[in-house]
Amino acid sequence: MALKAYLRERFFPHLWCPGCGHGTVLNGLLQAIEKMGLSRNEIVMVSGIGCSSRITGYVDFHTLHTIHGRALAFATGVKMARPELNLIVPMGDGDALAIGGNHFIHAARRNIDITAIVMNNRIYGMTGGQFSPLSGEDVRATTAPYLTIDPGFDVVELSKAAGATFVARTTTFHIKQMADIIQQAILHEGFSVVEIFSQCPTYFGRKNKAGDAVDMIAYYKENTTPIGSKAKKENPNLIERGIFVQNEKPEYCNQYEQLVQKAMKGR
Amino acid sequence: MSENIKFVQGNEACAEAALYAGLNFYAGYPITPSSEITEFLASRLPQIGAKFMQMEDEISSLCAIIGASLTGCKVMTATSGPGFSLMQEALGYAIMAEIPCVIVNVQRGGPSTGLPTHGSQGDVNQARWGTHGDHAIIALTASNHQDIFALTVEAFNLAEIYRTPVILLLDEVVAHMRERLVVPQPGEMPLVERLKTSVKEGVDYHPYLPREDGRLPMSDFGEVHRYNVTGLFHDMWGFPSSEPRAVHGLLRHLVDKIENRVNQLARYKEYYIEDAKHLLVSYGSSARSARHIVEKRRSRGERLGLLELQTLWPFPDEIVREKCAAAQSVIVVEQNMGQVLQSVKLAVDKPDKVFLANRIDGVFIMPADILKILRLIQGKGV
Repeated sequence: MALKAYLRERFFPHLWCPGCGHGTVLNGLLQAIEKMGLSRNEIVMVSGIGCSSRITGYVDFHTLHTIHGRALAFATGVKMARPELNLIVPMGDGDALAIGGNHFIHAARRNIDITAIVMNNRIYGMTGGQFSPLSGEDVRATTAPYLTIDPGFDVVELSKAAGATFVARTTTFHIKQMADIIQQAILHEGFSVVEIFSQCPTYFGRKNKAGDAVDMIAYYKENTTPIGSKAKKENPNLIERGIFVQNEKPEYCNQYEQLVQKAMKGR
Repeated sequence: MSENIKFVQGNEACAEAALYAGLNFYAGYPITPSSEITEFLASRLPQIGAKFMQMEDEISSLCAIIGASLTGCKVMTATSGPGFSLMQEALGYAIMAEIPCVIVNVQRGGPSTGLPTHGSQGDVNQARWGTHGDHAIIALTASNHQDIFALTVEAFNLAEIYRTPVILLLDEVVAHMRERLVVPQPGEMPLVERLKTSVKEGVDYHPYLPREDGRLPMSDFGEVHRYNVTGLFHDMWGFPSSEPRAVHGLLRHLVDKIENRVNQLARYKEYYIEDAKHLLVSYGSSARSARHIVEKRRSRGERLGLLELQTLWPFPDEIVREKCAAAQSVIVVEQNMGQVLQSVKLAVDKPDKVFLANRIDGVFIMPADILKILRLIQGKGV
């Protein structure tokens, strides 16, 4: 199937700014789905609120655009009710880890088979450039005119600690790696987290003098490195990308099925 | 077949009824005084292969059942005041996206943590206006276990017919009290099943284009029609729209589908209303004390009557006006500072004849409390 067949062209043009990384994430996601040959009817995409969350409107799957921070809670209901469906949940950094932090760690703890994609642009774009829990320190934002003092979360470490069984990181520069990682994340049986650095030239870029979209993508290229690379040993400031965790652990819906067998026997 | 008689708590009557109505997905979070509903269903749902989840909070509980409802499940969650407060945003989402679901609020004393183990009826107006923005809502209540059973089944039916969340406002007293419940035989009570679209695969399905009768046939997630669901104002495709005509049309649809059917949605019981000089209006556990007074005084020849409301929202204005018309005085009996009182005053021709008999100290309202007010109205002193 051509990539275009997965899009709802009726609803284009999309609302993302010129240079935004989210369209690249959509591209990588659809490449992964196309490669896997998944039928559109088997995919449910659930999102929350924010720039990233508008992605659901543009794809021809079963799509659920919900409320801020709660996408994983809605997705949990869909997945438990219909475990045979593939649940993909794209979220922004604020959506996933500020207001949605509780649902994020609990979905990871259950190891429910959902693919969570954190489209990390380190800023709230939809509301006009406020800092997020992934901005990190010394970032300028409309709510941080004197630079942030809030340390940021490390999505990879957080996901690992909460119990996610697939954890990966990539960027909008590494589109091939992105498609490959998303494919593996969807195939993985359990809770998968894929963090994708996605540039916001409009707010993060302008506020922090990070240049235009091309400069920001180049930054991802220059400041990231494959996990365990020689470059990382030489320069510890580089951010590692790739698959950090890929474990097999009992998946929640399967566990529930066994619980049902037990309950029925004891009847 | 012999009768299926149980001696149970009101919470269990509610949970039994939910199973009778076809509940197959429940998510909840522990909170007094509603936890027994969650506990009961944790045991029973897996036995029938249905889904039970204990979520991380009340917000996610409501979100999860909304997600499950979209796959075709009959869904419910239960909570009490603090949890109901947390659910308000997702409640608005279910209204906007028109997702059938049942939300039980076993009321306790508030505001805040309030009185976790004491009864109250303080959430009546929250049920109406707790979530932001103009909207309509259906809220039902009941005073005894047989009625809890009937109204719970009714809540599921109305949720399906109107594609809307339905709130079941119970209170701590009826929820924790034990009494006799006759569980109806299968088939005895009518059940409304999901109205599904007849549009075939490959033909455009418009999820938000109402039929002539106002109903919107659904298509389950996972089936052949793929569409968008959003809490934003949306067009007939479910795609976000801020086009003024689409916004106006959708808001009118959401409100009119309920507010235009006030009398059809009204459930109530009446006792000795016809010649009543003094008419009590009550609901939930308070109606038990009100009924006690009415029965007792009738046996002495006093002309007292009771209108017991079971539909609180949309408020049955016309019916209340009609039933109260001939009474010299109307006494609203409730365990709050006059939440239904306000609606009754707005409904009747002479608001001055409407009085309040209430308690707000966490103690169940007793017949003697109502009598005090009655004596004052009758000019008999305290």
